[in-house]
Amino acid sequence: MIEFHLNGRSGLSPYQQLVQQVRHALRLGLLKEGDRLPTVKDVASQLAINPNTVLKAYRELEHKGLVAARPGVGTFVTRTLADKSLSAHGPLRKELERWLTKARLAGLDEESIEALFLSTFRGAGEEVA
Amino acid sequence: MSTVIRARGLGKKYRQRWALQDCELELPAGRVIGLVGPNGAGKSTLLNLAAGLLAPSSGSIEVCGGPPAADVAQLARVGFVAQDTPTYGRLSVADHLTLGRRLNPGWDDAVARERIDRLGLDPKQRAGTLSGGQRAQLALTMALAKRPELLILDEPVASLDPLARREFMQLLMEAVAEQELSVVLSSHLVSDVERACDYLVVLVDSRVQVAGDLDELIATHHRLVGARRDPATLPGSQQVISASHTDRQTTLLVRTQEPILDPSWSVDGINLEDLVLAYMDKSAPVVRRPRLEVQR
Repeated sequence: MIEFHLNGRSGLSPYQQLVQQVRHALRLGLLKEGDRLPTVKDVASQLAINPNTVLKAYRELEHKGLVAARPGVGTFVTRTLADKSLSAHGPLRKELERWLTKARLAGLDEESIEALFLSTFRGAGEEVA
Repeated sequence: MSTVIRARGLGKKYRQRWALQDCELELPAGRVIGLVGPNGAGKSTLLNLAAGLLAPSSGSIEVCGGPPAADVAQLARVGFVAQDTPTYGRLSVADHLTLGRRLNPGWDDAVARERIDRLGLDPKQRAGTLSGGQRAQLALTMALAKRPELLILDEPVASLDPLARREFMQLLMEAVAEQELSVVLSSHLVSDVERACDYLVVLVDSRVQVAGDLDELIATHHRLVGARRDPATLPGSQQVISASHTDRQTTLLVRTQEPILDPSWSVDGINLEDLVLAYMDKSAPVVRRPRLEVQR
């Protein structure tokens, strides 16, 4: 079971944050097929948010084919986003850490690193597309 | 979609001053509606009219399909928690529940007792000696236990500390998830409205400035920044809510259903606070438009 949290400064609406947190958990393998999501009432009361917001998030996840609602029982994860690539996370993270060290040694500060990463990431995205 | 509050040309005048004017509202049922606006905008007046504690000076208002507080059935449909969550200071918590049970035909005693128990309130304690947060919880428990169709809350959390405020909103949101309930609550805390509400009404200077589904309002308002330009040259589908200029730059907040294609603007989304502030900003060129409801 995952626990949701809301970040007031994220720039995303509460409903988008809930969707994103489920997708994240699926990608990182924290949620697996068959896992039950907390009930709408539990999320609404825990976060003090509108139950319709939770419903909307769950409906969007359902629409994307990630979860299924079983009336009277709960909402269950039907698909995972953590494919075989999850096993590659460890080595990739190591490489990235090495790259970060190199970048710092080259004199880049946090902001420059982020800017370089994002512009490279976007550039590479365009090539793939 | 059914309507929980309908106002037509509603107005309320105190002596020479209009506290609320030309109010046209059609609020959908089953939603949590946030009523925001500066102090003295007419929020409490509107809520008191809806509760039937005030009579309109002009126009009409209907709640749950009839005039407010017209008869016993109408009284039972509406729960009202006034500003500062009043309770009877000399009565105990248990006395409050007895009072509620005897006065309300649809009273749900089991729910009331379970909530009091869970809140850790001592039934023998006098309400006057409760903390502000506990008193607010007692008032909310009373209003919920009468099983209303519509619950009206006037600035319920304004005087509470952050923890008590969170606990109050948790109890309220849990009740919304459990009961079929429409809620109208006034607040000037945008963060509470953002979490709790899915419908927004902005009231400024005794007039409704905008009302609509919260997500839809956020999605249809944009901030445009570009070289200085007269807002009158914008396409007719873009309604300017607020505008500011420097000698070179123009910043606009516009409302439109259509995508903004003009490449000379840099277009940005806005958050709820920006939206509310834009409508509150009195220097705005087109704020006096009472009829901006989103029709669904």
